[in-house]
Amino acid sequence: MLKSLAAAASMLAILSGTAMAEPVKVGMITTLSGGGASLGVDTRDGFMLAVKQAGNEDLEVVIEDDQRKPDIAVQLADKMVQSDKVDVLTGIVWSNLAMAVVPSVTAQGKFYLSTNAAPSALAGKGCTPNYFSVSYQNDNLHEAAGAYAKDAGFKNSFILAPNYPAGKDSLAGFKRFYEGELAGEIYTKLGQTDYAAELAQIRASGADSIFFFLPGGMGISFLKQYADSGIDLPVVGPAFSFDQNILQAVGDAALGVKNTSQWNKDIDNETNKAFVESFQAEYDRLPSLYAAQGFDTANLLLSAMAKADVSDADAFRAALEEADFKSVRDKFKFGPNHHPIQDIYVREVVKEGDVYTNRIIGTALADRADAYAEECKM
Amino acid sequence: MSLVLIAEQVLNGLQFGIMLFLMAAGLTLIFGVMGLINLAHGSLYMVGAFCAAAVAGATGSFLLALVAALAGAALAGAIVEMVVIRRLYERDHLDQVLATFALILIFSEGTRWIFGSFPLYLDVPSYLSGPVTLPGGIAYPVYRLALIVAGLLVALGLYLLISRTRIGIQIRAGENDREMIAALGVDIGRLYTIVFALGAALAGLAGALVGAIQSVQVGMGEPVLILAFVVIVIGGIGSIRGALIGALLVGLTNTLGGIFLPELMKLFMEPSAATSIGASLASMAIYILMAAVLILRPTGLFGARA
Repeated sequence: MLKSLAAAASMLAILSGTAMAEPVKVGMITTLSGGGASLGVDTRDGFMLAVKQAGNEDLEVVIEDDQRKPDIAVQLADKMVQSDKVDVLTGIVWSNLAMAVVPSVTAQGKFYLSTNAAPSALAGKGCTPNYFSVSYQNDNLHEAAGAYAKDAGFKNSFILAPNYPAGKDSLAGFKRFYEGELAGEIYTKLGQTDYAAELAQIRASGADSIFFFLPGGMGISFLKQYADSGIDLPVVGPAFSFDQNILQAVGDAALGVKNTSQWNKDIDNETNKAFVESFQAEYDRLPSLYAAQGFDTANLLLSAMAKADVSDADAFRAALEEADFKSVRDKFKFGPNHHPIQDIYVREVVKEGDVYTNRIIGTALADRADAYAEECKM
Repeated sequence: MSLVLIAEQVLNGLQFGIMLFLMAAGLTLIFGVMGLINLAHGSLYMVGAFCAAAVAGATGSFLLALVAALAGAALAGAIVEMVVIRRLYERDHLDQVLATFALILIFSEGTRWIFGSFPLYLDVPSYLSGPVTLPGGIAYPVYRLALIVAGLLVALGLYLLISRTRIGIQIRAGENDREMIAALGVDIGRLYTIVFALGAALAGLAGALVGAIQSVQVGMGEPVLILAFVVIVIGGIGSIRGALIGALLVGLTNTLGGIFLPELMKLFMEPSAATSIGASLASMAIYILMAAVLILRPTGLFGARA
């Protein structure tokens, strides 16, 4: 199955690849060790699956591990630009690492395609022509959660996020669309793993619902402790705490929770079905959001390579802007600030057999761009 | 803010403190007896949690999982002591820090190699799940009460071990004068291995107990390790009693600070600024506590040596 797909894809690439003359070298900087490794591993695997399926010999990928450290990411970017002579960089998961790398590499004339991190600073006044976010703008999923909370009729939400820039953006994004009162608003410590104190406050606050943004292990801890606390309120959050990677570690505690995402494995289109199937066949697990974003990023790059030479930066940029590739999402196009305009869905955590996963139950925001596009001048 | 909420937060602080104690006790024992700074203590916490998650996943028994955590961490500790740590006693602290930092990296990537990059599942056993209503109408999770009781039992057991048994006498003598007890015929190498394995087992137990309500993942030990170091500095290096008092102080300061500082700030400023500044102050609270203790008692609350 996979072989024939790959063969078909490479045939197509040969047919459509008349414009390809120059090879493109891609530098992928992502997190492959330590606590955040699962996100980087999925980004890489999704990206490389698309590369493999395309079978395009003009595309070469160099992969390095940033260990989730901004200083290492900067060193790797310098090395890739100066000694590996890459044309395009991609792969960074975390916003603080992206802020350390993106402005400097785009200033050196390289392209950066973001597979995940898309801080507001790069979407508004700090936007640059060679930077494209294929995932979203960071606020999007939180805005969608706010829109869902409004539609669900929540009047008195308790909201919490870690005390760091993305956490503050998260609560601001939620409040942009939510119209009820706030029963409480808490910034927790970044990396906090015990939420007993916050849960006691939620219980005492008389809230009718909870919104939280606690990525990775923080979210696992929060949900397990929430389930054990006996509080029974509707919970909503962005996809990051309910991703395929971590749901198995949360278990029953996550069942029924609503979360917002621009992708899910049950989006009904051919590309997505083939992606989910081939990812499972290749890696023996279900793909996550990060894998889907990596896959789309590689396909966007391949589509631009088919249309223009990377050495002609203006033509290559124009080819990227067209976003002429088959996305795993139903709709995908770039706005004027090179961030996606797309639908953002509400998902519910369900159990399929022994596996915890999500299914889409509605659309929270249709054709959503972002709040910063107007500030972008390029 | 009601009395019930305050009482509940005090319980939360106690529970957090007791878990810190399990980490800090091993750390302070190892530092006190062998003069070794062990940065890899957090890795042993992680080893305990992963052993527990693996055994709980295979057998479904939480008690067996705890036994596996104790045994796994103790075994890992004993091996590490015999292979690596033993060569470090005579070296200065910088060498110890470097070597044990390398151990953190080896443990982290080794664990990832065996168990994969994704967090593991470990849950509270069904007989300890859910809340119970305490006198005064506090709904409190049974599991957290069990953690407090388990931690206090371990503290009692350690106290009896150190003060009433032959090995305890040797440990105390080793803290005071290692040449002398070696001269008296105690096998100091074996004693060190036992102490290190004991400290590792305590860390592993803490990892398994806490892993059930948090996430079992690579790198879970390092944030706790930092707090454990704060605890032993406050309590006085080498003192188990100091570790207990220090852990409770840090636990209560951390929990209550996180709740009351933002509330306190709201008296002076608008709510969103108060939340943000209060949260930042709360993160600093335990370090301010540590600084204050060090100003008043430079060797910590129960520390004998500088």
